[in-house]
Amino acid sequence: MSAGVVETTRRRESARARAVATALLVAAIAMFALTLSYGDFQISLPDVVRSLLGQPTPPGVDYIMHDLRLPRASVSVLAGLAFGLAGAIFQQLLRNPLASPDVIGVSQGATTAAVVAVLVLGVEGGIVAAVALAGALVTALVIYALSWRKGVGGYRFILVGIGIGTVLTSITSYILTRSDVKVAAEAMIWLTGSVSGRTWPQIVPLAVAVLILAPMALTLGRVLTGMQLGDDLATAFGVRVQRSRFALLITAVGLAGMATSAAGPIAFVAFMSGPIAVRLVGGGRPVLIQAALVGALLVLVSDFIGSHLLGSRQFPVGVVTGVIGAPYLLWLLATANRSGRGG
Amino acid sequence: MPVDLKADRLSLGYGERTVVHELSMHVPTGKVTIIVGPNACGKSTFLRGLARLLPASSGEVLLDGKSIHATPSREVALRLGILPQGPIAPDGITVTDLVSRGRHVHQGWFRRWSSQDDDAVTQALTATGTLPLAARPVDELSGGQRQRVWIAMALAQRTGILLLDEPTTYLDISHQVEVLDLLTDLNEAEGTTVVIVLHELNLAFRYADHLVVMKDGAVVTAGNPNEVLSEQIIEDVFGMRCRLVDDPISNTPMIVPIGRHRTANGEVDRPE
Repeated sequence: MSAGVVETTRRRESARARAVATALLVAAIAMFALTLSYGDFQISLPDVVRSLLGQPTPPGVDYIMHDLRLPRASVSVLAGLAFGLAGAIFQQLLRNPLASPDVIGVSQGATTAAVVAVLVLGVEGGIVAAVALAGALVTALVIYALSWRKGVGGYRFILVGIGIGTVLTSITSYILTRSDVKVAAEAMIWLTGSVSGRTWPQIVPLAVAVLILAPMALTLGRVLTGMQLGDDLATAFGVRVQRSRFALLITAVGLAGMATSAAGPIAFVAFMSGPIAVRLVGGGRPVLIQAALVGALLVLVSDFIGSHLLGSRQFPVGVVTGVIGAPYLLWLLATANRSGRGG
Repeated sequence: MPVDLKADRLSLGYGERTVVHELSMHVPTGKVTIIVGPNACGKSTFLRGLARLLPASSGEVLLDGKSIHATPSREVALRLGILPQGPIAPDGITVTDLVSRGRHVHQGWFRRWSSQDDDAVTQALTATGTLPLAARPVDELSGGQRQRVWIAMALAQRTGILLLDEPTTYLDISHQVEVLDLLTDLNEAEGTTVVIVLHELNLAFRYADHLVVMKDGAVVTAGNPNEVLSEQIIEDVFGMRCRLVDDPISNTPMIVPIGRHRTANGEVDRPE
């Protein structure tokens, strides 16, 4: 009987984590299908499936599916997965809910690089994605270098990151004010975070990145069970702390950078996904898969709200996630010190 | 499996500041070693250095004759465990999950959680008397229970040597004794080599097979508490006069401090 308690508790916690992942997956698939089917031009689910399988469909369906809705739904899912995963990795690695890439300047790095590329250098297409990714990586490396004191501590990393992020935001604003109004207005939509009007050349690089980086993150994420207890205990467990942390951070930066380049810095998705997943799973285990799925679901649902449920006007997805995320950030800041876990 | 741990002219520090100077020490295998010393004497730093949590600025730590920093961290983790001071548990984590983390090094790319791991966790919980708490969140436990759970986590790692940095901090006297009894049980039952940094001198003198007294980053004296302690050493190290009397329970030395007040024989804290 006594041997049972440990096994029972462990199995119960694993079962709940699996159930949450499954439920989130089902919900995300349902939202994906709804995004494809619902709109000014309704497409029945059987037609959605037929169109996806390349079978004959009523006139107009294929165009709306393949040129409008499928790119939109795909980029929502991919960016959501990438942001959710990147955010959870940062937060769990640095043991602080404020440590997500959109709070500490990594997403701003991608944004500023993309804005410079488009508005100053006049670059277009796939190169913008590459530049945005490079922007995210360079920003992360600068934050890493500036917060390095014989190892990187979580709190210093966050403060340096917030500082860098602010500098980058001012640079972005400066470039926008100097630019042609019309171009700047287009850039603004991307800056808010938007999944509409995406084309396959913008989406494919993100899809490839997610296919490579997500499994990498999940594999590397094995060390999080140790790292969650702090550097000393992680070392005691045989984890090579600095090396593992660097590899995980670079992977997460890659995910956040690619997602930003494809869909803009969709506000707070990286920031909210991890804590929501933790709340759903309960306990203290690292939740990467669940956070990724929460991210996908958040973007799909927010985009659906922004485009169908707010009256006749359509809002970019980033407006909706911003409205959800901002109060959460305030709540977190207000309660962080009370529980003594500021960092 | 007995593990041999040795510091060889080990110097440790933070930045420019050297805290431990060329300290050499052989940790007696299969015994309970307790390190004491005044605040900032370098005892915690030394323990962290022994456990490769701090790089040596010169000298080295030898684990089974091999430099600990040259040994793969995983291999070290199979032989040497450390419980640092004041660890912080993730919010909401259950006792079972936390103690299971001690099995980290026994997991691998190709080795999944097994019944052997369940057994190790169960035994660690049993040894620390925390099995009834197995399903509870760590946040809800009392300080004493929590400390026992952390020790259980360290036990679950199943290492031949276990280092603990002030495992009794913030505990009341009954829980301090409980923790030290528990570590003695472990030492006697499994032959585990135990090294403890401890603040409470009288308990240190009682529970140490081998006592190490440190001051200013160096060892002042080391050995059996009955043989190496004197009132003069305590005064030199802690800057306080005292009487050493016989602990009526354990027949080990016991400190009775002498301050400036409340002395019955007119004996006060100044040279006789």
